[in-house]
Amino acid sequence: MIQSDTHGETPHVGTQDDDLIQLLTVTGERVHQQTYSPLVEHLDRAALEGLYRDMVLVRRFDTEATALQRHGELGLWPQCLGQEAAQIGSGRALAAQDHVFPSYREHGVGWTRGLDLRKVLHQFRGEDHGGWDPAEHNFSLYTLVIGSHALHATGYAMGVQRDGDVGTGDPDRDRAVVAYFGDGATSQGDVSEAMVFAAVNDAPVVFFCQNNQWAISEPTERQSRVPLYRRGSGFGIPGVRVDGNDVLACYAVTQEALERARSGGGPTFIEAVTYRMGAHTTSDDPTRYRSRAEEDHWRTRDPIDRLKLHLVAEGTTPEFFTALDEEAEEFGAQIRDYCRSIPKAAPSRIFEHVYAAEHSLVEAERSWFNDYEAGFATEGAQR
Amino acid sequence: MPKYLEFRLPDVGEGLTEADIVDWKVAVGDRVTVNQALVEIETAKSLVELPSPHAGVISKVLVEAGATVEVGTPIVVIDTDPDGAPEDDGGSPAVASGSGGAADGAASADDETSGDVLVGYGTKHAAASRRPRRAAEPAPAGGPAAQPAPPAPATQPAPAAPAAAPPSPPAPATAPTSTGTVDGQAAAPSSTILAKPPVRKLAKDLGIELNRVPGTGPGGIITRGDVEAAAQRSEPERLVSYPGDDRPWLDGGVVSADGRQTRVPVRSVRARTAEAMVASAFTAPHVTVFQTVDVTKTMKLVARLKEDRDFSDTRVTPLLIAAKALILAIRRHPTISAAWDDATQEIVYKHYINLGIAASTPRGLVVPNIKDAHRMSLHELAVALGDLTATARAGKTTPAAMTDGTVTITNVGVFGIDTGTPILNPGESAILAFGAITQRPWVHHGKIKPRWVTQLALSMDHRLIDGELGSRVLADTARTLADPAQGLVWG
Repeated sequence: MIQSDTHGETPHVGTQDDDLIQLLTVTGERVHQQTYSPLVEHLDRAALEGLYRDMVLVRRFDTEATALQRHGELGLWPQCLGQEAAQIGSGRALAAQDHVFPSYREHGVGWTRGLDLRKVLHQFRGEDHGGWDPAEHNFSLYTLVIGSHALHATGYAMGVQRDGDVGTGDPDRDRAVVAYFGDGATSQGDVSEAMVFAAVNDAPVVFFCQNNQWAISEPTERQSRVPLYRRGSGFGIPGVRVDGNDVLACYAVTQEALERARSGGGPTFIEAVTYRMGAHTTSDDPTRYRSRAEEDHWRTRDPIDRLKLHLVAEGTTPEFFTALDEEAEEFGAQIRDYCRSIPKAAPSRIFEHVYAAEHSLVEAERSWFNDYEAGFATEGAQR
Repeated sequence: MPKYLEFRLPDVGEGLTEADIVDWKVAVGDRVTVNQALVEIETAKSLVELPSPHAGVISKVLVEAGATVEVGTPIVVIDTDPDGAPEDDGGSPAVASGSGGAADGAASADDETSGDVLVGYGTKHAAASRRPRRAAEPAPAGGPAAQPAPPAPATQPAPAAPAAAPPSPPAPATAPTSTGTVDGQAAAPSSTILAKPPVRKLAKDLGIELNRVPGTGPGGIITRGDVEAAAQRSEPERLVSYPGDDRPWLDGGVVSADGRQTRVPVRSVRARTAEAMVASAFTAPHVTVFQTVDVTKTMKLVARLKEDRDFSDTRVTPLLIAAKALILAIRRHPTISAAWDDATQEIVYKHYINLGIAASTPRGLVVPNIKDAHRMSLHELAVALGDLTATARAGKTTPAAMTDGTVTITNVGVFGIDTGTPILNPGESAILAFGAITQRPWVHHGKIKPRWVTQLALSMDHRLIDGELGSRVLADTARTLADPAQGLVWG
C-alpha cells in the first residue's frame, strides 16, 4: 500500500493511525494495548516520575547548550528538543551490558547510559574528537556521518553473537546492540546494507529510527513511499511503529525488540514517530521550509507535557515539579560554567586513539606535526 | 564594584563572518537574566535571537539596530555586578580591573573562555582577549606562577613584571577592554604571532619573519596581504622611475637631487660580506690553480642516483659529487684543512671537514657549512646540502651554521660561468670554484667526442698552503669527478 501524501498542514501522524503503538495519549491517559501494556505494568509512579525527571533535565541540558552556542561558546549544537520521550523511553529499556551506537542528537540516550552529558560539549566546542570513553557506559561516540554507524552496530552485534552472548538465557549475559539514526539516514546505503547483514545473520541489533519528520529540510514523505517501519520487512526484519512522543510506548517497544535480540530472535526496526521541535542544528533555520501551523500542532504533542498531565492525574505533588524545576535550573548553570571552563586541547590530540596499538605511520606524522608546531614557537621567540 | 563584561557577536552558524542587528530586545539600564533574549540578528542563514550570557544590567548598547556587524565585534556591555560599590578609581571607567584579585580573575576567566571557543570563528574575540596575557608570559621565564597580578589599574600588562605573569587572571586589559577595543583600536604589540597556517607557510616560503610583520587583520592577525607586502618591502629589485632620469632604477635608498644616483647604507649581509672579503683578500695571499675536467661519468652517475630509490627523498646534483670528490681529496691531503692563527703564530690543523657552501640568497651571500662532512655517506651529504640550501634561501641560516668552516665550494657554474678566482672565506685555507658543465669537443679514447666538461679553480692561502699541496688537492678532486669509481679506491 502506498501511503497517501500529506503535504501541508495536516501532519500524517495521530491517534487515527492504526499502526501506531501508543500507551499514553496526548492528554495523558493510559491506553491499553495487548502486547505492550504488560511491558510497562511494573513502572510505578516513582518510576514514571523518574522518566519525567530524565526528560526535563535532558531538555534543560539541550536548551542550555543551544544558548551556549548563541553565546559563542560552542561552534555548533544539534538539539534533541521534542525527541526526549523517544530517547529516554528507549534508553531506559536498555540493560547495562547492551551497547549503543548513537548518531549526534542522542543526548537523552547518553543520559540514560550514565554519561556525564557535559562531556558531550567538548566536541561541539571544538576541543575534542569524541569526548568520552565508549567502553565506560557502552555508549559509542557520536557519529556525524549519517547512517554509517548502522553498519558498525551490526558488525558489533555480530561480534556479540560470536562471543556467545546471545540466547544463553542468562539475563546478565545476553546483550543487544542499538543503532540510533534518523529518518534521513534510512535513505543512506549504509543503513540498507546494515539491515541486509543484520537480517541474514540474525544479529542482536535494534535499529531505532527517530522519524522526526525532517531530514534537515527534506520531509519524510519525499524520502519514502511507505512508512519507514515497513522498510524492515523487505529485509526480513520485523518493524514496529511507535508514538515517539510517548515515553511509555517507546520503553515497551524497545524492551520487546531488545529481548528479541538478546534471545537470538534477530534484529528489529523501530520507527519512533516524533518531531524535531528545534532546528536541525544551530546553523539551520527551519522557518524556511516548514510552517508555523505544523510546529504549533506538534507543540500540543510535547512528550514532557503529556507525561506531566498523567503524573498530575496520578497524584504527583506540585512540590515535585517545583523541586525539579529548581534542580533543572541548577543543572543548567552547572552546564554553563563547565562549558566555559573546558580547557583548550593540544592540536596533536588528533593523533591519539587512531589505532589501539602504537602505529609507526601515526607516530611519524605526530612527530612531524610536533616539529612543525614547535617551528612556530621558535619563530616567535627568535628576537 | 560594577563589573562590565562585553558580549561579542558570535558566529551562530558555522563560518559566518557578519550579521545584521535587527532588533534590540533590551535597552541601557535594563536588568537581564542569563539566557534572556538580548537582540535579534539576521545572518546569511537565519534569523536568530541571541540570549544573554550573563545576568546583570545593560550598561552600553554598542551597535544600533540596522547595522551590519562583523563576528567578534562587541555589541553590548553588561554590568554583572551592578549592586557593587562604585568604583574608587577615576581612570578607565569601563575596565573591570580595579577589583583585582580573585573576583577579577573570575571575570576575566569568563571573558577569556568566551574567546577561546569557536572552532575558528571566535578567534577574533579570542585574539583580542588573549593577546595581553601571552605578552606577559615569556618575559620573566620564571614559570607560570599563578599569583594574581597586582591590582594595577593600568590597561597594559607590565611587560617585565617579574614572576607576575599570571596565566589566567591578567587583571587589566583583558576582560572588557573598555572603549579601547570597542573603538577598534589595535591591541598592543605582542610576542604571540597570530597568523593562520597557510599564511605562516607563505611567510616561511618567502623568508619573512612573522614577528616583523605588523598584522592588520582583525585582532592583529597577520593576513596574507601583510606578508606579501612585507615580502615586497624586502625585495630589492623593485624598480621605480625617478625624475630627471630616463630609466627606472632600484627602489629605496636616498636618491640624489638630479635623480641619477642612489645611496644605500651598507647593512647586514652586505656589510659582513665586504668585511670578510677585505679581511681575507688583504691578509691571506691568494694563489689559484685551475683544472679542466671531463665529468661525463659524473653526469651519468648523477642520472643513475636520481633514479635510485635511496635518493628519492633528496636532490642529486653534480655539486654533490664535487663535494664528495673534494672531501676525498682532502682526506688524502689533510694538511690543507688548516688555518693561519696570526695572533699565536701557529697553524691550526683541523681533523675535520666543515664544508662551506656559498649560497646566493635574497638577502645576499651567505656561506653556511655542513658540519663534519667527512663523516657523511653520500646520501647524508645530499640531504645536508639540500637542507643547507633550503635554509639559506629561506633566510633562516643561523650564525652557528656559518662559523668554523674549513673549506668552501662556490658553485659559480649555476650562473653559466666557466670558473673564477674565488676569495677565501676568512679562517679557511682553500676554496673551490665549480664552473658550469657544458658539452664540448674533447679527446676521448683518441677521438674527438662531445663530452661534458667543466673547469675547477682552487684558491688557497699561500701562507700555509704551497702550490704543490693545492695542486694535488685539485687534481685529486678532478680525478674523482672524471671517474667517480676512483672514490671506491680512496673512500
